[in-house]
Amino acid sequence: MMAAAMDTAVRTGRIARTLIYLFLLLFALFYLLPFAVMLVNSVKPLSEIREGNMIALPQVWTLEPWLAAWSTAQIGVDPSGLSPYFWNSIKMVVPAVAISTILGAFNGYVLTKWRFRGDTILFGFMLFACFIPFQIVLIPMARILGLAGLAGSTPGLVLVHVVYGIGFTTLYFKNYYQVFPTELVRAAQIDGAGFFRIFWRILLPSSGPIIVVSVIWQFTNIWNDFLFGASFADQDSQPMTVALNNLVSSSTGVKEYNVHFAGAIMAAMPTLLVYIVAGRYFVRGLMAGSVKG
Amino acid sequence: MGFLEVRNVSKNFGEVEVLHQVSLSAGQGEFLVLVGPSGCGKSTLLNMIAGLESITNGEISIRDRVVNDVHPSKRNIAMVFQSYALYPNMSVAQNITFGLEMHGVPRAERESALQDVAKLLQIEALLDRKPRQLSGGQRQRVAMGRALVRNPDVFLFDEPLSNLDAKLRVDMRTEIKKLHQSLGSTIVYVTHDQIEAMTLSTRIAVMNEGKIQQLGTPRDVYDSPSNIFVATFMGSPSMNLFTATASADDKGVYAEAETGAGETLRLRMADPGSALSNYVGKEITVGIRPESISDPDGAARDDGASQVMRNRTIVVEPAGADTFATCLIGGKECVARVRADADIRPGEIAEFSVKSDKAIPFDSKTGERIA
Repeated sequence: MMAAAMDTAVRTGRIARTLIYLFLLLFALFYLLPFAVMLVNSVKPLSEIREGNMIALPQVWTLEPWLAAWSTAQIGVDPSGLSPYFWNSIKMVVPAVAISTILGAFNGYVLTKWRFRGDTILFGFMLFACFIPFQIVLIPMARILGLAGLAGSTPGLVLVHVVYGIGFTTLYFKNYYQVFPTELVRAAQIDGAGFFRIFWRILLPSSGPIIVVSVIWQFTNIWNDFLFGASFADQDSQPMTVALNNLVSSSTGVKEYNVHFAGAIMAAMPTLLVYIVAGRYFVRGLMAGSVKG
Repeated sequence: MGFLEVRNVSKNFGEVEVLHQVSLSAGQGEFLVLVGPSGCGKSTLLNMIAGLESITNGEISIRDRVVNDVHPSKRNIAMVFQSYALYPNMSVAQNITFGLEMHGVPRAERESALQDVAKLLQIEALLDRKPRQLSGGQRQRVAMGRALVRNPDVFLFDEPLSNLDAKLRVDMRTEIKKLHQSLGSTIVYVTHDQIEAMTLSTRIAVMNEGKIQQLGTPRDVYDSPSNIFVATFMGSPSMNLFTATASADDKGVYAEAETGAGETLRLRMADPGSALSNYVGKEITVGIRPESISDPDGAARDDGASQVMRNRTIVVEPAGADTFATCLIGGKECVARVRADADIRPGEIAEFSVKSDKAIPFDSKTGERIA
């Protein structure tokens, strides 16, 4: 039995591999199914959906639902479509991700290369921030935003997300810089580079992989956040997630499922894009790190 | 006044004092090596000279300027690190000129300085590469280039060769020595390798437990170690130590110990009336280097200080150029360095020639040399 099995090792290997790939393909299709349904129904006229053919390809292809979701759909009281909210989200996410990443990098730099008394405890507190549930801070945060005059504004949301993100980004960068040779910092000091110059010229350019990690994490979290957006934003600063909710859950008129599907895809697109674009750099960064001697 | 002066410098890490009142000075063009086992404080001292560690007590001056509170970049020093510490994101050329750029040297000047250094170190072909594309020896050169280009008052080397393989280490050692001879620069060099210390230095500071044990030329340190620590740390195989009893007559002071052949070895250690006379009748420790015990044919006889010792050989270790024979003196194993073709077999009694003028008496309790 054993000998026979070994003789055919290569052949059964190929069969096994084919089976594995078939399974993987099957699962991939299964997981992609909801997305496919969304995509298919977002390019169908509403009448076809009403007839009950959710899975079928559209008989009439139309981009009408996409255009409606983007610019004319009823969001709350305004027939504005999702576009203003999309830009609200962008205006919130880009600065929030940039600021929290830079601050995290800076914190990591100080906590590893410019140690001071009590730095471990301070880092412990920052780490603790990662575990505080969002709901707990809603009321104190609302009060602080009110006092700072930032309530119901995009800068207010940016502040909230930066504060919440710093714990995570600091953790990432601290771990990354922990193994960054301190001798490099010392060499730069002797070369005459100061505190900030060492950070900008030596550490930050070597931080590619961890910047990508931090950006992916922060972008996904902030873009997908609903609670803070719903709590702290007003009509003019509501992010995409809140607007999508308003679009889908409006209780008047006809439920335009095709428009809802299109809107949902729009809301998910940026995070997908970040994964597709930055994920590649992430892997590339890891590879670059692994071959340096 | 020395070019580099370290005066009564101490260093505390919290409650622990790791350097105790260290003083040393180096003249211009001197190659001073700090050598000692790990944890002896040699790297700490180097970092204090560089300004990377604060000075708890004492004073360090370079060119008659006290630099205690001067920033590392303003001390006009350059340092080569054990890991080379090349900036991974910069090319070789950028690595070398970064210091000049930080000091506001104009681009054209930087460029010509870079070319000079690259030529000197033969790394012209590597200037556009990143550090990760270089071999260990090339990285070493770039690290030295980065130091050289600054044209500093003092070069500091922190175990620069310990990351290289044995062959390359010897080559680079020779190159560093050549470089020092041609440039005449002042160098402070830290290593735990006593051979590196011997070959490179003009003076050696042997350190242990936060203190300088001996400061002197390589020959001084090797031939006249000031205590048992220095005697055993410098030299490979290390100096033989055995216990003997001091005795005296009107011709000299002697050390007496029993050999493995059951006879008494009576080594003439000093003239009558020397410091050793105070130890007559007491136990002392005698140190003698392996090359001072040889076979009678291999020994140079003209100095008149050689004595014959009959001893039983325990182990014979041929090492190519020489053979090392182990025998007992005063109950301690002692190594003799004999000619490769000497007729010595383990278990048999043979005659050895001992250069008594190279034997050094130490106080058995304090470990200090009796002089």
